[in-house]
Amino acid sequence: MSFDASRRTFLQSVGAAGAMTLAPGVLLYARAPDAPVSDAVRWGLLIDTRQCQEDCHACVDACNEEHNLQDLGRPLTDAQWIRKLNVRDPLTDRSVSLPMMCQHCEHPPCVDVCPTGASFRRADGIVLVDKHTCIGCRYCMMACPYKARSFIHENLTEQLPHAPRGKGCVESCTLCVHKVDAGEDTTACAEACRHEGHQAILFGDLNDPDSEISRRLREFGGIQIRADLGLNTGVRYQGL
Amino acid sequence: MRRSALLLLAATLAAGPQALADDLGPFIAEPKGEQCVEPTQVMRERHWEFILHQRDETVHEGIRTTRHSLKNCLECHVRPDAEDRFPRASNPRHFCTSCHIYASVRIDCFECHADRPQAAYSAAPDPEGMELAEMIRRRGTERRSAE
Repeated sequence: MSFDASRRTFLQSVGAAGAMTLAPGVLLYARAPDAPVSDAVRWGLLIDTRQCQEDCHACVDACNEEHNLQDLGRPLTDAQWIRKLNVRDPLTDRSVSLPMMCQHCEHPPCVDVCPTGASFRRADGIVLVDKHTCIGCRYCMMACPYKARSFIHENLTEQLPHAPRGKGCVESCTLCVHKVDAGEDTTACAEACRHEGHQAILFGDLNDPDSEISRRLREFGGIQIRADLGLNTGVRYQGL
Repeated sequence: MRRSALLLLAATLAAGPQALADDLGPFIAEPKGEQCVEPTQVMRERHWEFILHQRDETVHEGIRTTRHSLKNCLECHVRPDAEDRFPRASNPRHFCTSCHIYASVRIDCFECHADRPQAAYSAAPDPEGMELAEMIRRRGTERRSAE
């Protein structure tokens, strides 16, 4: 479960281009607007299921609102980038609630199966669909072990400038890439969770040993769901 | 019969082209500012190349410079009318649409992309959009309580 220790050491010794450490734990990743994303960072989420409340859907609502995912009243086909799962261990009767979304794998099966190259992994670890090249074959939906992707069956209107979406394409959690690129370093779901006072979702740079997410992972650990698949997910869970 | 039809056609053609062009010429909406990101002639001939290039860089590499972005086109070229309403892509007075109708070009950019600048969402909220946001919240709550 290492995040490429050699690269981390390298970055520590020379400092990443464009990245600047202001104070311990505060990394200002100042990428110039015309500079491409690099693998100096790897964005991820840490989800503390012990803080996640079963009856709370703030993250789902926030995601729907952020990207204007419209509820057409057809739950089987409506777009869903993040969903709440309630699971129970029959042996101990322990119940856990957790948000499930694209896990932003290092080795994403959706990318492996995409026949057009539309499904891709950005250098900073965010797995996306290039809707300009997506032909809507839905292989990726079949390949994803997390059931994270949705297909858009109907014409859409009222899309937001930062979230283009349309009929005939597959889509999923973008890790709020528009916010990340704007340097906000947070996601709509994490903000909503924090606003509710639960703080179950933490966004951060897994490559930066001084980031809050790395610190918490180092201290308390964090598991990957379906770790047996060896996908090295960017979304980690605690308390499962 | 045939001769009269031909005569009619000839008369239409004789008087037609100029009149047709005047009626159907593109309505060019007044843009914001004085200078486009490239000279007008360059934009007329190559704007799709700029947008296409920018598109791949933005999606795959996260390069979000605004000079050749579709968002930036809309920012200057899609302006509100006297009543502060922004034309939609379906409206022939929409900058892109007006010229594409004239040039008989069908684009599908706005099947996915927003057809209005950011200002249309923040400064003067579209009541339709606000209703929609409210509907999203309501339906979500209803469905979950039904479950």
